[in-house]
Amino acid sequence: MHSTDRIEKSLILRAPRERVWRAISDSEQFGTWFGVKFNGPFVAGARMHGKLVGTKVDEEVAAMQRSHAGVAFEFSIDRIEPMRLFSFRWHPNALDPAIDYSKEPTTLVTFELEEMADGTRLTITESGFDQIPLARRATAFARNEAGWSHQARLVEKYLALAA
Amino acid sequence: MASTRASARLAEVAPVFAALGDQTRLRLIARLSSEGPQSISRLADGAKVTRQAITKHLRALEGVGLARSSRAGRERIWELRAKRLNTAEHYLEQISNQWDAVINRLRAFVESEE
Repeated sequence: MHSTDRIEKSLILRAPRERVWRAISDSEQFGTWFGVKFNGPFVAGARMHGKLVGTKVDEEVAAMQRSHAGVAFEFSIDRIEPMRLFSFRWHPNALDPAIDYSKEPTTLVTFELEEMADGTRLTITESGFDQIPLARRATAFARNEAGWSHQARLVEKYLALAA
Repeated sequence: MASTRASARLAEVAPVFAALGDQTRLRLIARLSSEGPQSISRLADGAKVTRQAITKHLRALEGVGLARSSRAGRERIWELRAKRLNTAEHYLEQISNQWDAVINRLRAFVESEE
């Protein structure tokens, strides 16, 4: 089924499950690789405030993130099920400080862990995009047109041939 | 890498092309595109296929997000929404790329020595 509502990523990390669990459920560790500084620990139901600061694991990405440094970042913790599941809601791509995203619908992000022989399977899903205002999606579209416009042109060509 | 990405994109748009891979549906799209939103009766007017067949094809286009309908009195008006589809899919692809970058950082973090 063709979906515009959700994204799913599944991969194996070559690290023990405990290690991965700490990296995603400890707000300080999460902040280190994600590139955000939070105001406290993750607790189910909590509303987290953070500021984008740049990741500490990749200098190149950190340099790119500096253009967004200081941008306030909010998410509410949904569920914490130790060693298995961590989920939260946020405003996707909410990078424009001039926009108040707080009244807009959120997407649900879920991290799920599963122990494998060669490491830990991590499955990340983000869903609820169909509820995100079209104007937000259009902004993202304008920001980075290269990838999809090629496909759009193919569809147009196809339609032109059929007309 | 590039070919994996390209094939992932193809997999993403395949349902759209599959929906377009039919003469009747292409004619419907061409008419909705050149004449604008209209009812099934008007689309059926002069067509070689039945109203029922047209409805079925419109539903197929609706299923992949290329068309949508709304009620106007006793009629149902159909229109194209190709632009929305492009936008929605591109947006998702962009978010998806951002997640790939995030995952790389997480991998570097957990797979390095503590």
